[in-house]
Amino acid sequence: MAENPIIEVRGLSKHFEARQHLFRKSSTGAGVLKAVDDVSFRIPKGHSLGIAGESGCGKTTTAKMLLKLYEPTSGSFLFNGKDITHLRAKEELKQFRKQAQLMFQNPFEALNPRFTIFRSLLEPLIVHDIGTKEERAAFIKQALEQVNLIPAENFFEKYPHQMSGGQLQRVVLARALIVDPIFLVADEPVSMLDVSVRAGVLNLMKTLTERLQLTTVYISHDLSLISYMCEQTAIMYLGKVVEIGDTMSVLQKPKHPYTQALLAAVPSPDPDEEPEEVLIKNHVPSPINMPNGCHFQDRCPYTEAICREKTPELRQAETGQIVACHMVTPFFDRKAEREEHVI
Amino acid sequence: MNTDVRMEQRPVQVAYRKAGFLAVLGKNLAGAFRFLKNDPFSMTGAVIYLFFILIALFAPLLAPYDPHEMIKHNGKLAFNQPPSAEHWLGTTNMGRDIFSQLVYGAKPAMMVGLTAAFFVVVVGTLVGLFAGYYKGRVDGVLMRVTDIAFGIPFEPFVIVLVAFLGPSVWNIVLAMGLLLWRDTARVIRSQVLTVRERSFVEAAKISGASDLRILFVQVAPNILPLSFLYGSLAMGWAILTEAAVSFLGFGDPAMMSWGFMLNDAYASQALSREAYWWIIPPGIFIMLTVMAGFYIGRGSEEILYPRLKNQ
Ligand SMILES: Nc1ncnc2c1ncn2[C@@H]1O[C@H](COP(=O)(O)OP(=O)(O)O)[C@@H](O)[C@H]1O
Ligand code: SF4
Ligand SMILES: [Mg+2]
Repeated sequence: MAENPIIEVRGLSKHFEARQHLFRKSSTGAGVLKAVDDVSFRIPKGHSLGIAGESGCGKTTTAKMLLKLYEPTSGSFLFNGKDITHLRAKEELKQFRKQAQLMFQNPFEALNPRFTIFRSLLEPLIVHDIGTKEERAAFIKQALEQVNLIPAENFFEKYPHQMSGGQLQRVVLARALIVDPIFLVADEPVSMLDVSVRAGVLNLMKTLTERLQLTTVYISHDLSLISYMCEQTAIMYLGKVVEIGDTMSVLQKPKHPYTQALLAAVPSPDPDEEPEEVLIKNHVPSPINMPNGCHFQDRCPYTEAICREKTPELRQAETGQIVACHMVTPFFDRKAEREEHVI
Repeated sequence: MNTDVRMEQRPVQVAYRKAGFLAVLGKNLAGAFRFLKNDPFSMTGAVIYLFFILIALFAPLLAPYDPHEMIKHNGKLAFNQPPSAEHWLGTTNMGRDIFSQLVYGAKPAMMVGLTAAFFVVVVGTLVGLFAGYYKGRVDGVLMRVTDIAFGIPFEPFVIVLVAFLGPSVWNIVLAMGLLLWRDTARVIRSQVLTVRERSFVEAAKISGASDLRILFVQVAPNILPLSFLYGSLAMGWAILTEAAVSFLGFGDPAMMSWGFMLNDAYASQALSREAYWWIIPPGIFIMLTVMAGFYIGRGSEEILYPRLKNQ
């Protein structure tokens, strides 16, 4: 690609010290919780990456590193071509904060309950010294209109508890966009919303991010949301990206057994269709002190000796996406073989 | 790029930003008054305080006599008189007008109450805010100091301090200021610990706000009502303490306080003379001020959680 990607992470990891009284004490002292382990991806300008995976697989931790709320344990983070992994300087960090914004999961928590909507939207303008008093009011009006809260003036003096979840999430989006960011992370943006308003909020986000050419990361456990919103998809499992590539390839022709299982768990909209066999057994193991080899070994239906010895590396599959599984090679499609067995 | 164009159109206005905190504080006070209007209990408490503050301010106009004056009728000391048209609440054993003493007693009560409340709100809130927000070392040090303050028994401390520094009403206030913030600090801290985890704090961080700005602009408004509540409780508590200290004889002899009146009555055996007009009025006034504090506190839930009421 000629242009620098807006987001590039290389070997990004975040390890937490597991508290001893909470988790079983290991002989080596406190355990290490690898919330995110050696994750790499790049997102070109204006593109959108979806990150999917079960709860606890490290999606939010990844998001927080992308927003510099967490400092990575290792790896590097390039933003707009510049390495900002260890950026500490106040002014530069503030400049970054103006360019990278977050859409929160819970809109009821994301706005200060003691601020009016106007005050909440004013805050980032004050922090970044944007506009005069009159200009600020105009910007706020514009921002609310942009997210279809019309007439905007009706919402100025409202408090969050006087509004619905869908409206609040639009305000949260307006607040994110009011500083003119170039990068937006949406962490489960609609999972707390009523089903009836989800589509509206998602469509709005899609339209606005496309119009403003934002680079975006959507985090969700809902694969249909990701397939609707994102060109690229990464599947995470226990802190690792196990499959990443074009959304079409990853979700239409999944290669990693875990992705296949996730897709099998999605109920089909067609009631006549036989539900696919659910592959995964057991529960998600604890991410503390993971054994050697593939993190998915205890739940995978194809586990072999090598899976317990070596961590699978990310390799390109013949369908284009990149997969971390010993059993997936361009010449060996495990799923196809399994289907033959079933027949 | 689009970003840069917009930046140029938006000139910097630093003064506006400086005004932020005061604006928020003002808004909160306005909110507190609006709230008082809606809650009958808090309204009652506020009216009681206002009533006493007015009495304290206009005591010289309201009291028919100097509270220290030994009144003589026809050259004879008018002592131990029961209530009459001339002396509404009778006179003391030294011939002083009890009603005038009662009126003048509002002044030290309000002075002690308001300054103690001020200390409690300012010190307790700041300690609680910093400890709860910064956690770690800051929290450790501040909470250790708070523990020490908790380890000191309140009334004996006031008495000892007053015994050392002299029986001035300001020393009583100082003693209370040195200790009474501790409850507020602890409660505010625990409230801050929960508030700081809410995503609007993270949102403020993402929007580039500094820690101090987050602390005072985002977090403080969510705990200020609690500070005001503890301030009003402390006001009642302080008045009660001043009365107790004066009753025990450690009060300011120049200040005619309700506690001093009770002490005087007790020492001159007013009880055995059944001179209830001397004992009951200051008792009721002390009780009213303490009650006022609790009444104001009663509505705290709704100040803290506006959604309970405004809908
Ligand atoms: N601040 C933290 N301290 C310790 N462990 C954490 C912290 N944040 C997240 N974790 C752990 O890291 C793992 C990944 O969490 P998270 O990124 O929130 O997952 P997700 O968003 O995919 O549900 C979980 O096991 C979680 O318990
Ligand atoms: S590496 Fe082995 S255990 Fe891991 S997903 Fe592939 S087949 Fe399953
Ligand atoms: Mg999450």
